[in-house]
Amino acid sequence: MYTLKEYKRACKQIPTIQGKKIKIALLGDSATQLLATSIKGECILRGYNVVLWEAEYNQIEMQVMNSKSELHEFNADYTIVFQSTHKLLEKYSLTDASSQLALAEDRLAFIRLLCETIKGRIIYYNYPEIDDGVFGSYASKVQSSFIYQLYRLNYELLNLSQEYPNLFICNLAGISAKYGRNVMFDSSVYISTEMILSLDALPYVASRTADIIAATEGKFKKCLILDLDNTVWGGIVGDDGWENIQIGHGLGIGKAFTEFQQWILKLKNRGIILAICSKNDEEKAKEPFEKNPEMLLKLDDIAVFIANWENKVDNIRTIQQILNIGFDSMVFLDDNPFERNMVREHLPEITVPELPEDPGDYLEFLYSENLFETVSYSTGDKDRTKQYQVEAKRVSLLKNFTNENDFLKSLDMESEVGGFNNFNIPRVAQLSQRSNQFNLRTIRYTEAEIAAIKSNPDYIDLSFTLSDKFGDNGLICVVILKSINTNSAFIDTWLMSCRVLKRSMENFVLNAIVEYARQKGIKYIIGEYLPTPKNKMVELHYPNLGFKRMEKANTAQYILNVDDYKNKECYIKRK
Amino acid sequence: MEKERILAEVQDIFRDVLDNDDLEINFNTVADDVDEWDSLSHIQLVVGIEKHFGLHFTSQQITKWKDVGAMCDDIATSI
Repeated sequence: MYTLKEYKRACKQIPTIQGKKIKIALLGDSATQLLATSIKGECILRGYNVVLWEAEYNQIEMQVMNSKSELHEFNADYTIVFQSTHKLLEKYSLTDASSQLALAEDRLAFIRLLCETIKGRIIYYNYPEIDDGVFGSYASKVQSSFIYQLYRLNYELLNLSQEYPNLFICNLAGISAKYGRNVMFDSSVYISTEMILSLDALPYVASRTADIIAATEGKFKKCLILDLDNTVWGGIVGDDGWENIQIGHGLGIGKAFTEFQQWILKLKNRGIILAICSKNDEEKAKEPFEKNPEMLLKLDDIAVFIANWENKVDNIRTIQQILNIGFDSMVFLDDNPFERNMVREHLPEITVPELPEDPGDYLEFLYSENLFETVSYSTGDKDRTKQYQVEAKRVSLLKNFTNENDFLKSLDMESEVGGFNNFNIPRVAQLSQRSNQFNLRTIRYTEAEIAAIKSNPDYIDLSFTLSDKFGDNGLICVVILKSINTNSAFIDTWLMSCRVLKRSMENFVLNAIVEYARQKGIKYIIGEYLPTPKNKMVELHYPNLGFKRMEKANTAQYILNVDDYKNKECYIKRK
Repeated sequence: MEKERILAEVQDIFRDVLDNDDLEINFNTVADDVDEWDSLSHIQLVVGIEKHFGLHFTSQQITKWKDVGAMCDDIATSI
């Protein structure tokens, strides 16, 4: 967690960060200067090239409703709106009983308007509780009580965020519940500056806000690597034996590990890949999973299991190679400070939380870290572990073939080609946010934007699945073509999941693109490569596929003449 | 604690919060004398002083101070 002083320094520095510019607007009904400094500072310290525009004090409605306002002119990628409980309570206190009854409804109508007026993404803080004590506990029975209206508002905000994919709720109420209102609000700060958030609260709020931005920009965790002894269970299995480790309910520390495992399982079911990295004999390390009835985690839940006496840095590198995801998308949990420091030092990109000494504190600490922020979820995510286990099998089959084409033929691959539809839009959006390596232009799209592309006749939307004799990878490739004139189309998006690399999928996809282009009478297909720190692997993607470099373009653009194209060889059948 | 000692510690807090290591203040210093000292940094100075001396000012106290001397007087009576 950074400090306000670090934020201020970061904002003062002459910007040196390159990369995509992110435009953030901040509007509040209280003084927001220090919140602005904190959010901007947090984003800069995380390496984002941000420009922040802050509205004048208490101008939210004017800025939103006036289509010629500075807000609309600024055209932010993220519009952050902080309407405080404090001001809501003031409004409530000044109105008559019938307006009090409509307090939540009125506010929701405004947020709805906000969602329909603002083009980019909206980050909206929900409402931490203030119990005005007017009805005491009886407030629950009185619909016009402030408490009733407040709970209703927070509940309906959740629903609204489902209705509007561009609306993200930042859980300020949750932060307040964690640290307490006495920490979050400081009356003398409020009286002398009109700031609702105390100075101590600012880093928590800025961090949670930046989490949403970072996740939307494609930075989030995909994998959790766990140590075993005194992390997943209490005690040392090699010394104590599988039957004597501390785990399970009843009195004592075992219950802390049981609840920790419950949390891990929830993450796994959400789609986080689990890996084990433990200094142990492999056989001994697996025994609790196989034999101890109190263990909630089973071997099936683990995508990669590494237990040996090698150093953890090398073992984590092995895990990274098998999963083929970036180190910055991994979290490593280990009770041993020595191992943590060693991993931090050699693999600085990986997130290594400073677990508290007492296992009883693990969960409360991890809750506060908000490590697993995401901006998408599809029900297929929970099958991811299985897909990685299957991948491990494919890798071992490949070893039996000397000729790669023979291996590919033996896989009996099939792909289903289609457009976007209501069923696959969440997955398409998710892939556009997750894919870093095989992603030619790395344009991130939300569900709403994908839906808009689908219904825009200027675009051709293509999605591809891939299955083979080992299993179904699901939807693994997305291509979006935009027609730029009557006979040319531009490849706005071409991305693929790294699970299907080296499977001749790119040949199959290009065959399909050309086929669609021919149907639409398109003669030229133009592709572009925009470099990022992660997509070097596709730098020569287009020339490798036979595209010609366009010399006049400022960026790496390539062109393909559809008439000259001959279908490329691949070992994938169309389903 | 004598007032000079308090002033020295308050000066350290000013330097830290305002991020200016060369800043010199005395009992007669007012906000207009210091570039970085505006209403926003004022509240950060207050919170910094509260934390450092382990005390809490009332809202009236904070708005009443006319110079650094008044600030130090309130600190002296509160600790």
